[in-house]
Amino acid sequence: MTTLLDPTGECNPVTRARVPRPASLDGLTVGLLDITKARGDVFLDHLAATLETRGHTVRRFAKPTFTKPAPIDLRHEITTTCDVVIEALAD
Amino acid sequence: MPLPDGLVAIVKRDCPTCTLVGPVLADLRARSGDAVSVYSQDDPTFPEATGGAIDDRGLEVSFALDLDTVPTLLRVVDGVEVARVVGWSREQWEDCTGVRGLGAGLPPHRPGCGSRTMDPAVAAAHATREGERTLQARRVVLGSEEDDAEAMYERGWSDGLPLVPPTPERVVRMLAGTTRAADEVVVLAPPDLVECSVEKVAINAVMAGCRPEYLPVVLAALEGACTDEFNMHGLLATTWFSGPVVVVNGPVTRAIGMNNGINALGPGNRANATIGRALQLVIRNVGGGRPGEIDRATIGQPGKFTCCFAEHEDAYWEPMHVERGYRAEQNTVTLFAGEGVRGVVDQISRTPESLTRTFARCLRTTAHPKLPLAFDAMVVISPEHLRVYEEAGWTKARFREELDALLQLDGHELVRGADGIEEGLPDAFAEVTLPKFRAGGLLIAHTGGGAGLFSGIIGGWASGKMGSEPVTWEVGT
Repeated sequence: MTTLLDPTGECNPVTRARVPRPASLDGLTVGLLDITKARGDVFLDHLAATLETRGHTVRRFAKPTFTKPAPIDLRHEITTTCDVVIEALAD
Repeated sequence: MPLPDGLVAIVKRDCPTCTLVGPVLADLRARSGDAVSVYSQDDPTFPEATGGAIDDRGLEVSFALDLDTVPTLLRVVDGVEVARVVGWSREQWEDCTGVRGLGAGLPPHRPGCGSRTMDPAVAAAHATREGERTLQARRVVLGSEEDDAEAMYERGWSDGLPLVPPTPERVVRMLAGTTRAADEVVVLAPPDLVECSVEKVAINAVMAGCRPEYLPVVLAALEGACTDEFNMHGLLATTWFSGPVVVVNGPVTRAIGMNNGINALGPGNRANATIGRALQLVIRNVGGGRPGEIDRATIGQPGKFTCCFAEHEDAYWEPMHVERGYRAEQNTVTLFAGEGVRGVVDQISRTPESLTRTFARCLRTTAHPKLPLAFDAMVVISPEHLRVYEEAGWTKARFREELDALLQLDGHELVRGADGIEEGLPDAFAEVTLPKFRAGGLLIAHTGGGAGLFSGIIGGWASGKMGSEPVTWEVGT
């Protein structure tokens, strides 16, 4: 009988429920997160204009670089000042 | 292990002095007020004079007492050793026991023999057993009908190639390659940011096929890779297909037998092959960075199995680690976020001016000939190409300077649409001149076999703060 040592991180991922989607954006603050990939700003500029035309409050955020996870302070700011967030991924 | 109070003797049959003192021990039993406990390392029926002994063929008592000689006689009070005599000495035995007239027919003194615990094979097996007790990783017990190679594939531990089964014995031996404690946390392994201990690195190093003496190099490579500057997380997650290229410098490369000759970046050398693989296996298994999951590389490349090599350090140009601020005698790893290796052919140039123009033309195509500054690169210059510079007296600094001048790119050639190619820079850059590489974005390594007027270029990934900085890390012990 062979005994091996587990080479993995031995993690047990925690499953968390998603926040329910709002039925409407009325009265909510929408965060727009640019991960700084090429042309993400083009997409988000369109979205911001569309949302503001409809009277929604929009806040803009950007990651310092798309190659690293968002800094914890940025994540905290988005979580505490926005109700929903839209992230522009990829090119 | 609690010792019985009184007199305690450890003997073995395979020791003439022990045979000599057998009747003395029987005499002590008869005449001493103390209990006399006798342990035998090799035969519990010995000594016959005492009617045998307590069985210590497993050497638990002997190892606990840290013996080097038998016979050893102890006096124990309240479970604590208060006196110890090794070998036979009438005077010392009488002092220890308080009984006079011992061993009347014996010589006054006779040295003992080596304790069985001193046998190298026995000592090594004991060290393994002791080491195994301290290992903290979960034990995975395979079924009696399970094939170990298949079992590891099924558990998702492999990069696609076979693994060496990480048994406790092998992991203990691997851990002997470093002075660091098994439970020391080396890094937070990306992408899951899991605390990764020396033990976990050792397990993956075993699976990769490393020898114990490679472990300090693997640890250094891992520490360098998991810095914020090198950004292993991003390098793993990107759709681009770079991976960590590990350049090893210093005396350690000779000590562990790394290859810096023919096929230095290819197969055939255990240290080159397995150090780079161990780094990747730690990211895969401990960090949770598996291809198709967090590793999103569009096409990937074979260097992501492993890419590790040593430089020539006795050459005309100073080695990479010296250029990066280390002393020649220091051992280092330098990590570079590299894609595959491409060749540079120039079999005609015999002047450095001409050969440098060849390098410049080839380097310009890194990632895309119209994209400046975005990607780093490493030139891997071969001995025959370096000879051209040596014969003309060009230093490494001169080569860099001349190369840099040749890699100043005219914005008109770089903008979108130029040369009929839509990829490129916005029109605003048409009037400026831009360097192909940012400052610090071009590494130069020297390795390879003595024949061949060929060199290599390893393209990089998103450069600098935007993506990855090359990192040099000193190898510890």
